[in-house]
Amino acid sequence: MSYTQIMLPIDLEHADRMEKAIQTALALAVQFGAKLTLVGVTSELPGVSAHNPAEFKEKLSALAQRLGEGLPQGAQSRTYVAHDPSVQIDGILLDAIKDVGADLVVMASHIPNVLNAIWPSHGGKMASHADVSVFVVR
Amino acid sequence: MTEKDPGAETDLDTQSKVEPVPAPQGRTEIIETDYEIGRDNLTSSWKLEFDIHQVVFTVSALGVLAFTFFTMAFQEELEPVFIGMRGWLTSNLDWFFLLSANIFVLLSLFLIVSPLGKVRLGGPEAEPSFSYIGWFSMLFAAGMGIGLMFYGVSEPLSHFDSAMGGISVGEDGIRTDWAPLGGAEGDVAEATRLGMAATIFHWGLHPWAIYAVVGLALALFSYNKGLPLTLRSCFYPIFGERVWGWPGHIIDILAIFSTIFGLATSLGIGAQQSAAGLNFLFGFSTSNPMLITLILAITAVALVSVVAGLDAGVKRLSEINMALAAILLFFIIAFGPTLEIVSGFFANLLAYGEYLPALSMPFEREDANFASGWTAFYWAWWISWSPFVGMFIARVSRGRTVREFLIAVLIVPTILSVIWMTAMGGTAISQLVNDGLTGVQDTALELKLFEMLTHLPLTGLTSFVGIILVIVFFVTSSDSGSLVIDAVAAGGKVNAPTPQRVFWTISEGLVAIALLLGGGLAASQAMAVSTGLPFTVVLLGACYAIVHGLLKEAR
Repeated sequence: MSYTQIMLPIDLEHADRMEKAIQTALALAVQFGAKLTLVGVTSELPGVSAHNPAEFKEKLSALAQRLGEGLPQGAQSRTYVAHDPSVQIDGILLDAIKDVGADLVVMASHIPNVLNAIWPSHGGKMASHADVSVFVVR
Repeated sequence: MTEKDPGAETDLDTQSKVEPVPAPQGRTEIIETDYEIGRDNLTSSWKLEFDIHQVVFTVSALGVLAFTFFTMAFQEELEPVFIGMRGWLTSNLDWFFLLSANIFVLLSLFLIVSPLGKVRLGGPEAEPSFSYIGWFSMLFAAGMGIGLMFYGVSEPLSHFDSAMGGISVGEDGIRTDWAPLGGAEGDVAEATRLGMAATIFHWGLHPWAIYAVVGLALALFSYNKGLPLTLRSCFYPIFGERVWGWPGHIIDILAIFSTIFGLATSLGIGAQQSAAGLNFLFGFSTSNPMLITLILAITAVALVSVVAGLDAGVKRLSEINMALAAILLFFIIAFGPTLEIVSGFFANLLAYGEYLPALSMPFEREDANFASGWTAFYWAWWISWSPFVGMFIARVSRGRTVREFLIAVLIVPTILSVIWMTAMGGTAISQLVNDGLTGVQDTALELKLFEMLTHLPLTGLTSFVGIILVIVFFVTSSDSGSLVIDAVAAGGKVNAPTPQRVFWTISEGLVAIALLLGGGLAASQAMAVSTGLPFTVVLLGACYAIVHGLLKEAR
């Protein structure tokens, strides 16, 4: 068995916390010869990572280009704009799995904390709701 | 998309809740600033996830705590101070409030007809974020809300009354009556016209122009110039890079203060009014436990709404709100004096136009009581709400042209206010004048609406819709207010962790309960209204920033 399409949700704002997840996704993409798609969610408002959605899309696309260099199938990116990203992100990522046609999601998530008992982390929520494999990188 | 073209946008034909980004949005003048959003933020992602602006969040949160404590502890000392301050402001600086509000109206009207109206928020090719219905419901629910329920019936009646009473002059030659302008002693038709014109004046172009100025400035500087969505951003043309330092911190902290105390006090006072309504209808008690239950219930619904987010929570609730208000309005038009309301609409619009110049005159007013006690108080009140409403309006208005924005924020709500006031106030005046029913006149302010409804058919049902509407109006203010406060306290970030919104929503409810139990509602409300003064200066600055910013955009 093997994976053909890996989805890697990217938080451009916290790129520093993403390195481990990125490396994991790249290694798996090479290992299985899978396609890699970066997924980013941004708001319409200026944020830390970009002034507007167009700029966000460009940055994510540039990152995909850079990461795709070492991959047999290259990497693509896909940007979603949300009215209220903090709340919509989980739903958007679940939809993105279908849009991308992913059979594996690799994503970074923080170490579970006290609050997660009532407030699930994004990675945790994805793992329990997605119908494909989710690799939560801590 | 081909594999030779990595990084390209993939075709998206699958159904998705969120649309992928369209092509670049056209040329806008991005302001190049060294400031990075979130630079002064304190973040944590391990033990407890948060992302806040260190100075603004800390000072605001501690300030809210301290202020609530002190107004309760020194209630008797502070209440006269704050109420005195508000009184001093509205009676000595009434000319300043009236003059400034006129400037806001004139600027907005000018922008609608000027070529600058073609500028699109978010760039020439940006697409609207929300449908007209959703957009408009949110504008209206955040902007006026609860006041319409309580003042729709009472204010026209009150002005009608004082206009009928005519002018009375005290021993010192100063007018002691509260009649607008010269009054209309004994003249029922003219007193009705004047009463309606004065009410519409307070709920028409001026308040909405105040919101429009703040909303437009923020939308322009965020969507077109790329600055964070916080009040300080519209001061960039004036302060330059210094807005990211203390001048900006102070503006933002003040915005949070006026919003949270504005919301908390109206929540507290509103709970008393709703309880009075429930008591009138169902005989429920109006004791403290009942009031606390009401505040907790309103806060709980608001909490569900903010956690569900802008689309699933706030927007949906605003639409429900509008639908309920429309049902109540149509019912009153249909079962009240229908013809009088329909003809009254045009007559009142005409009366508004006729009296507008005299009512908005900032200087040399003979009707000092009316001009400072009613008009200046209202203007200070609307202006103190404007950071919250303006910021919320900006948040949902991407993709609209300046002209479209101003028509929707200024003209449409004004027409709706005329319809609402005509239906509510007109029916009440008609009951008094034509049917000789003095019930509404003699009832306390918060019960006037329900008293009026008892003289129409299906009282039980309409009163129930009325009380639900009162409560939902509170929820829609509370949830949108919390979103705004959270964004400001996070330095303009709208993607901060959700628990922060929960913190602010609960804070509002707790402050309301504390002030209700410990006393101090009146003092805090006076304080919130007093922030209208500094914000008037802020808004005048925003007027300059709007014109300055629009001139640099592609039309």
